[in-house]
Amino acid sequence: MKVLVTVKRVVDYNVRIRVKSDGSGVDIDNVKMSMNPFDENSVEEALRMREAGVASEVIVVSVGDAKSQETLRTALAMGADRAIHLNSADTLEPLAIAKLLAKIVEQEDPQVVILGKQAIDDDSNQTGQMLAALLNWPQGTFASKAEFDGDTLTLRRETDAGLETLKLSLPAIITTDLRLNEPRYPKLPDIMKAKRKPIDSIEVDSLGVDTSARLTVLKVDEPPVREAGIKVADAAELVDKLRNEAKVIK
Amino acid sequence: MSILVIAEHDNSHLNANTLNTVQAATQLGDDVHILIAGHQAADVVDAAKAVNGVSKVLHAEHASLADGLAENIAWLVKSLAGDYSHLLTSASNFGKNFMPRAAALLDVMQISDITAVISGDTFVRPIYAGNALQTVQSADSIKLITVRSTSFDAVASAGGAAEVLSLTFDQAYERIEFVSRDVTISERPDLTTAKTITSGGRGVGSKEDFALIEQLAEQLNAAVGASRAAVDAGYAPNDYQVGQTGKVVAPDLYIAIGISGAIQHLAGMKESKVIVAINKDEEAPIFGVADYGIVGDLFEVVPQMIEALQATD
Repeated sequence: MKVLVTVKRVVDYNVRIRVKSDGSGVDIDNVKMSMNPFDENSVEEALRMREAGVASEVIVVSVGDAKSQETLRTALAMGADRAIHLNSADTLEPLAIAKLLAKIVEQEDPQVVILGKQAIDDDSNQTGQMLAALLNWPQGTFASKAEFDGDTLTLRRETDAGLETLKLSLPAIITTDLRLNEPRYPKLPDIMKAKRKPIDSIEVDSLGVDTSARLTVLKVDEPPVREAGIKVADAAELVDKLRNEAKVIK
Repeated sequence: MSILVIAEHDNSHLNANTLNTVQAATQLGDDVHILIAGHQAADVVDAAKAVNGVSKVLHAEHASLADGLAENIAWLVKSLAGDYSHLLTSASNFGKNFMPRAAALLDVMQISDITAVISGDTFVRPIYAGNALQTVQSADSIKLITVRSTSFDAVASAGGAAEVLSLTFDQAYERIEFVSRDVTISERPDLTTAKTITSGGRGVGSKEDFALIEQLAEQLNAAVGASRAAVDAGYAPNDYQVGQTGKVVAPDLYIAIGISGAIQHLAGMKESKVIVAINKDEEAPIFGVADYGIVGDLFEVVPQMIEALQATD
């Protein structure tokens, strides 16, 4: 079976972002960019499916401007077979991206689409569930384990109360949580090899999908800053402060 | 138009986050309804009826709604949406799972994890792990919203007298089956509603030593949390995780023990009223947000704290 994996180019998770002083957004000029961490888990899971003989081909797809191809190259260096770049200069919303991905699913006919549960830039946590809805496929979100047996996917997911196990009939959507696997680092020879792997670039406008924005960002603000407090010498002083100064314990 | 709150529950208890979501709903309009979609959930319907400020409880009863499967709830929500201007649910794992699916069925762009209501179409939501706050205006005719519980005070769970309307729902998505649930059993209070939380990180070092965090929690009648590093290392179960991709908490007192304070962790706890940090590394970023810090070995400091608390009990 074919597996389709989505990857997004985002500000690296170690970068402390700055809000622009005019409130128009976040300053991402000259900031280190990386693959969204959850998407690394997605690519890794698809590669493991191929290595286990479950998947025959791993196709990665990214929506974004030309620089998204760098992120696709990273996925190819990890081991994906080929890539599709949906070129868009505009930042698109999850609903629009889900519609575009549905078109690609129609063309490629994968049995599984694996997406990160959320992107760490806009923290929406929507695209996988939306794509599942548009395709009328079952969804296994926030996955920490996925096992395939013929047309059945047994999926363990993380919930607020613990863990939950579902059985899904393929084709299906998986969204990944961080404990699904440990993503591999691309090795230098694989990075070289990835340069020769194909990236098919498609203009978003050519797909006949309405990608117009539904949300208008009116402004972006800094959150209130929390000031550091004091250091105390020992546990006894701490308990005393919590009891008599902060009054948060009895 | 009316506002619909889709409640989280386990067929016997109404999740407390529903009270925070109702608070957000009352800021949007005064005719607030609650949907209880479940199986043999009469107790939950009774609890929902009593929620202050709610005029109607919609009750959908079917075996296909027993386990919170997004496929079925999204269908139900889609069938009801035409009567409402806004549909809200908690930005919990439950809400995050089904709400975007319902939004796509309705061709609506969901507004995730709101922390404030500005007007009927304008909301504030955190992005970049809460390091920026985005104010967005929606052009969709129906608004689908997930609500960050810690940003809205709970409404009273009693005092209401809503009428109950039974709905007919008999759809069951065929290509998914609920198999089992493995719930972490803890005698400690719920992490998302606790007044005090003791939370352990990588510095705790092992699953066995994590018992120390539990002991302190017991002394303080606190819930227990953990950083991602501690969960990844297997010291604590996944549902303990506090942070950008785990739970967001805002207790009166948050005690971070052996937690360095990565921005992803701070995203889940920096709205706590009082933060205490115990860490042997005085450069740890957690001290930058802590009201009280102790630079020291947690294996010395925490037992001393327990002793000091016992001594004056």
